[in-house]
Amino acid sequence: MRQSLKRSQLLLPVAALILMLVINVIITPSFFNISIKNGVLYGYTIDILNRSCELIILAVGMTLVVASSRGTDISVGAVEAVAAAVCVRLLGSSYDAYAVPVVFAVFMCLFAGAACGAFNGLLVSKFNIQPMIATLILFTAGRGIAQLTSARAINGVMVPGQILYVRMESFKYIGGFIPGCVMPTPVFIAAAFVLITMILLRKTALGMYIETVGINPKAGRLVGINSTLIIFFTYVFCGFASGLAGLISSSRIYSSDANNIGLNMELDAILAVALGGNSLGGGKFNIAGSVIGAITIQALTTGLYAMGVSADQLPVYKAVVVVLIVTLQSDEFKRVWGVYKLRRAAARGAA
Amino acid sequence: MKKQLMAVQLLKKKLDGSNFLLFVTIALFVLMYIAGIIIFSDAGFDNFQTFLNMLIDNAGLIIAASGMTIIMITGGIDISIGSVVGLVCMMLAYTMQNMGMSAWMAITLVMLFGIIFGAVQGFLIAYMKLQPFIITLAGMFFCRGLTAMISVNQIAITDNATFLGMASKDIHLLVGSTVNKHGVRMYPFVHPSVIIAIITLVFIWYLCKYTKFGRNLFAVGGNEQSALLMGINVRRTKFTAYVLNGFLAALAGFVFCLNTTSGFVEQARGFEMDAIASAVIGGTMLTGGVGTVVGTFFGVLIKATIETYIRCNGTLSSWWNKIVLSALLCFFIVLQSVFIIIKNKKKN
Repeated sequence: MRQSLKRSQLLLPVAALILMLVINVIITPSFFNISIKNGVLYGYTIDILNRSCELIILAVGMTLVVASSRGTDISVGAVEAVAAAVCVRLLGSSYDAYAVPVVFAVFMCLFAGAACGAFNGLLVSKFNIQPMIATLILFTAGRGIAQLTSARAINGVMVPGQILYVRMESFKYIGGFIPGCVMPTPVFIAAAFVLITMILLRKTALGMYIETVGINPKAGRLVGINSTLIIFFTYVFCGFASGLAGLISSSRIYSSDANNIGLNMELDAILAVALGGNSLGGGKFNIAGSVIGAITIQALTTGLYAMGVSADQLPVYKAVVVVLIVTLQSDEFKRVWGVYKLRRAAARGAA
Repeated sequence: MKKQLMAVQLLKKKLDGSNFLLFVTIALFVLMYIAGIIIFSDAGFDNFQTFLNMLIDNAGLIIAASGMTIIMITGGIDISIGSVVGLVCMMLAYTMQNMGMSAWMAITLVMLFGIIFGAVQGFLIAYMKLQPFIITLAGMFFCRGLTAMISVNQIAITDNATFLGMASKDIHLLVGSTVNKHGVRMYPFVHPSVIIAIITLVFIWYLCKYTKFGRNLFAVGGNEQSALLMGINVRRTKFTAYVLNGFLAALAGFVFCLNTTSGFVEQARGFEMDAIASAVIGGTMLTGGVGTVVGTFFGVLIKATIETYIRCNGTLSSWWNKIVLSALLCFFIVLQSVFIIIKNKKKN
């Protein structure tokens, strides 16, 4: 019984992904072709996998936030920009050596993400502020902070709002390819992140705690779960995920572009969670669904690009998809639909 | 003695609840303004025109924030207004500049668009009971994308005489004149946009305070369940609030366009944040049921004062605008939350 329920939960996301892939094949017949060029794998599917990595990581973090606090973290894109700016600023723009060891810069990047998450978490869990309002603060201030972090000395004066570059080849490995390996590195990072998260949630009671808190925080507290701490943890985790995504994004373009890194990512992440069959009302969650949702969105994006839609116009289609999904998920729609079906059955019975 | 005591008690009662937050806001604005006059006296901060310029620059924001206040009183939120403003500017620019439509025709068109857009969002939120944030987030991206679909290039309005006339007409006030260094008497002036904003503000204030619809808004925001039991049509009240907000967002876009006389994709990005921040700083509760447009007006003025500070200072990056405003917003949100916690403790 439970198994079949679980299967049906993943049914919709998988169906959406297959639909997306079929549409893509129709648009571009060479969609599934994979070849090796310059020693690395090359093809549409690889590209979609590669490009969806940041989104997968963000979606996993967002899933937990939605599950525990019944709200969404809309600051993920801005936090990504902050983390990327911290990382690139620390590494410096020298041609010969990094200003600080890479490990330290990566650590600080993830730490910056987690710190932003902790700020959000504090507001939500301790001060009981609606998650979206609390994260709205960093949503706006985040890019400003990232701009101020991206400062460069021009004629002896530090000027903020610059695009900083990392000029060392080895930094590109994180978002590109490690020499001798045919798969893009982000795929490994995302896979490892998802695996570790799943083990952490399902092999310990943490996942269950998060669901309990999401379904009923008061009941959770009464059975002895520290709801505040659990919600705080999910926000820190989401911030950490944003930091990791920011690291990959900055490595892809080996620079920190405070205006464009993670732009519109918050909608994509929420969309991925909703597409994965997770309710935006909190409670039960399904990480695998979110991952599939993230890949579906990237397939949709790639497909729309292939149809000649420009990056500026993409949000229109995504917005329509979001509204459709949340409408179909809503209790009110289900109720109206149920009444409609009953009426039809009754009419048939009467006839 | 007794009278004095009563007066103190009356004052305490007046300062209770939402009035306290409003009082903090007004006090903060007065403090900031006086501080500005002292610090930036050489940069012309004490000039009356500086104050009017704040109104001119933020006329659109005053209208949009009034709409946001209404939505927040019902307990909802609308983060699509920034993109609606951007889209309205683009529509105005495109219809007037590229299609040669008359100014009045174009304005009617965008107002209609605002109402329809508000109605769609209102339907989904009030009747389908979807989370306002998700719907308006989708609306935000929808409008921003639509703006890019109309044109990815900037369109400046240069040909429409009616519109440009409206945009740059100086309405001189009869008081507060100064004599400049050439010995010419200068009267302070405002643009028509400020007049529109003030009229809207007074209208919304009246609507909230003295009409049935306005009182219903507070009832719905305060406690939906009891509002329903009192026989208020909760759904229709919410729906109407979103339609009105859509109209106000379009009006704000028109006023915003009077200032910029152009349309481009990135216009008014983050505008919704300014509107929310102004409303929250002005004492509107995020939980619904409490708020006044008077407070929101002072919220906008505080935001404008910060902007003027940073402009007068000259060396600070414009990014500080957003950061300082966010910090203020954070301060007020936490203040509200502490306020609620204290109130709950008192009840127990």
